[in-house]
Amino acid sequence: MLGRTAGGLFWMFRYLERSENTARLLETGFRIALTGAQDSDDSEWESIVSTAGVRPAYVAKFDDDFDQATVINYLLRDRDNPSSVMSCIEAARSNARMVRTALSSEVWEAVNEAWMTLKDQMKRPVSMKNLAEVLTSIRQHSSLVRGALHGTMLRNDIFDFARLGTYIERADNTSRILDIKYYVLLPSAAYVGSSMDNAQWETILRSVSAFRSFRWLNEGEVTPMAIADFMILDKRMPRSLAFCHSKIVGNLSYLNHDADPELPCLTQASQIHARLSGRDIDSVFDEGLHEFLKSAIADTGRLAAQIQEDFRFYG
Amino acid sequence: MTERRFFDEMALQGGDPRVPYADYARWFSNEDPKSLLKKSAEAETFFRRIGITFNVYGQKDADERLIPFDIVPRIISASEWRVLEKGIDQRVRALNAFLADIYNKQEILKAGRLPEHIISRNAAFLPQMIGMTPPGGVYTHIVGTDLVRTGENEFYVLEDNARTPSGVSYMLENRETMLQMFPELFTKMKVRPVSSYPAELRRSLGECAPPNFDGTKPAVAVLTPGIHNSAYFEHSFLADHMGAELVEASDLRVVDGRVQMRTTRGYKALDVIYRRVDDEYLDPLTFNPDSLLGVPGIMDAYRAGNITIANAPGTGIADDKALYSYMPDIVEFYTGEKAILQNVPTWRCSEEESLKYVLDNLADLVVKEVHGSGGYGMLVGPAASKKELKAFEAKLRARPDNYVAQPTLALSTVPIMTKAGLAPRHVDLRPFVLVSPKRVHITAGGLTRVALKEGSLVVNSSQGGGTKDTWVLGD
Repeated sequence: MLGRTAGGLFWMFRYLERSENTARLLETGFRIALTGAQDSDDSEWESIVSTAGVRPAYVAKFDDDFDQATVINYLLRDRDNPSSVMSCIEAARSNARMVRTALSSEVWEAVNEAWMTLKDQMKRPVSMKNLAEVLTSIRQHSSLVRGALHGTMLRNDIFDFARLGTYIERADNTSRILDIKYYVLLPSAAYVGSSMDNAQWETILRSVSAFRSFRWLNEGEVTPMAIADFMILDKRMPRSLAFCHSKIVGNLSYLNHDADPELPCLTQASQIHARLSGRDIDSVFDEGLHEFLKSAIADTGRLAAQIQEDFRFYG
Repeated sequence: MTERRFFDEMALQGGDPRVPYADYARWFSNEDPKSLLKKSAEAETFFRRIGITFNVYGQKDADERLIPFDIVPRIISASEWRVLEKGIDQRVRALNAFLADIYNKQEILKAGRLPEHIISRNAAFLPQMIGMTPPGGVYTHIVGTDLVRTGENEFYVLEDNARTPSGVSYMLENRETMLQMFPELFTKMKVRPVSSYPAELRRSLGECAPPNFDGTKPAVAVLTPGIHNSAYFEHSFLADHMGAELVEASDLRVVDGRVQMRTTRGYKALDVIYRRVDDEYLDPLTFNPDSLLGVPGIMDAYRAGNITIANAPGTGIADDKALYSYMPDIVEFYTGEKAILQNVPTWRCSEEESLKYVLDNLADLVVKEVHGSGGYGMLVGPAASKKELKAFEAKLRARPDNYVAQPTLALSTVPIMTKAGLAPRHVDLRPFVLVSPKRVHITAGGLTRVALKEGSLVVNSSQGGGTKDTWVLGD
């Protein structure tokens, strides 16, 4: 496969994953706004913007005005925001066009249709009233693309690069969400157990689609330690760091074939994976949650760069 | 005005269908026009979903556009097709012989059958190709001969398109669409298939493997300028359907004298490149030292017999419209036969007498730029205003050798589906021809382009034209 094609696949699926992540954050904000868990509406939207990692650009454009409608449209459809759902879908589709010969027609059509439909739905500002409908549509289209990928693509290098993009983006996303909110998970926080905390914990879990599965697994008992454990170390949880990195090692092992010596990216990925396996959450807190997450984000970034280099994405 | 001036391919003067359309007309008369119109709309959705769109140059934020598709097929009988096929075959063989001659012995010039300035002033002539024989002696691997019809047995070649003809993906997707929308029609009528084109293209390119190729299956790639090119869809479509790599120049490098592509596991050599980039962007070392585009050294690999470039560099001289006017002589010179397909009479404005005639009759003529294409920069006399004629006259006087003129042809019409029912519109036809050292292969059918505006004679998609599926009937 061409290095450029591998890069196109990798980025196509990174952007698709990112669009889902942004949509999921909006869903969280929407949900919290509806349940009125906060005294002031806007503070939760501000927190959503921070979690999406776009606070500096947002503030540069709108100052400190975290008005609900402004946040929704910034995250959903603002072309100035490279992480907005629409920017991501557009970048994913553009990459899909570039690598079209590597995609099954089902996958291409699913991406192209997602782009056409969402572009149309987001032509005008989206109000609180039709936000739910748009978010449902994003979720459905993402599922269609994923379904087409799993149902119609050969399990070869192409598939591996697509999955790598997904898991790298996801690992990055989960660690960022945790890092932005790490302070509410710290046992030393003064207001443990307050309703404020509960809302924050719910935000974290919902922004990785894990609110219900977490409650189910823990029989309703919510502790910050258990949340961190679930999102960092639990291999059953498809958005946890441990899960993502075990998948990355799997895909890279396929791509490594019989390369001798082993590709540097596989070595790196195996090291990251080893650090996440066979340890308990206490040791993470001992190390310092923030420090741990900071190095996790840096590790994932370095790994992505190494993958890029080993497979000659750009030269 | 009730008098009919144009030959209609579907209906005779009295309204009865011509023989090739008899079955279709019978089927059509039993259909509900409303449901047919609905199908038209469905076709558009289908095209958008699979992404058969083209980008319009110079419109940065414009949406990708669809070429409108009309659901009424253009039908050609078996006997009509036989004549066209023979004529195209003859013309394409003559073109290849001509190119080989021009870049080698230049006998046609020595014989005085073609003035030297037609070649020496031809911007597409490449001195780098002199004395070089491309693999298998083939210059024009892929040709799209543009034909127009003016009467029952009157066909003309309008352009030869020996360089990089586009549109074949539309031929294939138009047929797919028709098969999906009207399966019953294809059981009633014997329509010759077109779907084997990509496989034929792959085979034909493989037969042109370079002299130093010693494997069993040549590695073929399609070279595209990238996703912003207006024909990108077609490039990816052809690569996909041939099972070939779709590469950009930045993916390629000459390593150890061979053209190789950068893969995830190192460099992999190519044998045949179907390039959809212009000559000047092939090799910055040879053609355009200031260019950052292209594959440095690819021409050296070509000369060394390590790669086939299709179509060969320098074939563009055959697309020159001044040269076109000599095609009947060229066909005769190389085949020893009279040309089967007619040329449109063409006045070369570089010649004083012709220029005078053209200026005197400007309102009746079509004037084209010698190197123009895509319907840009041309004048359709009968459709032009007094002011436009005046302006064009000035251009002609300033640079006469930049223009040729032709009579305004009474292009045939085929009906399209409109809200008010069937309505005749002018059409042309681009069949697709593949050339290898072993054979000339012509797909039974081609791309019918149709001017959607009533009365318009310009069928180019860049000027608002649409397309139709083209049916060649079996015996």
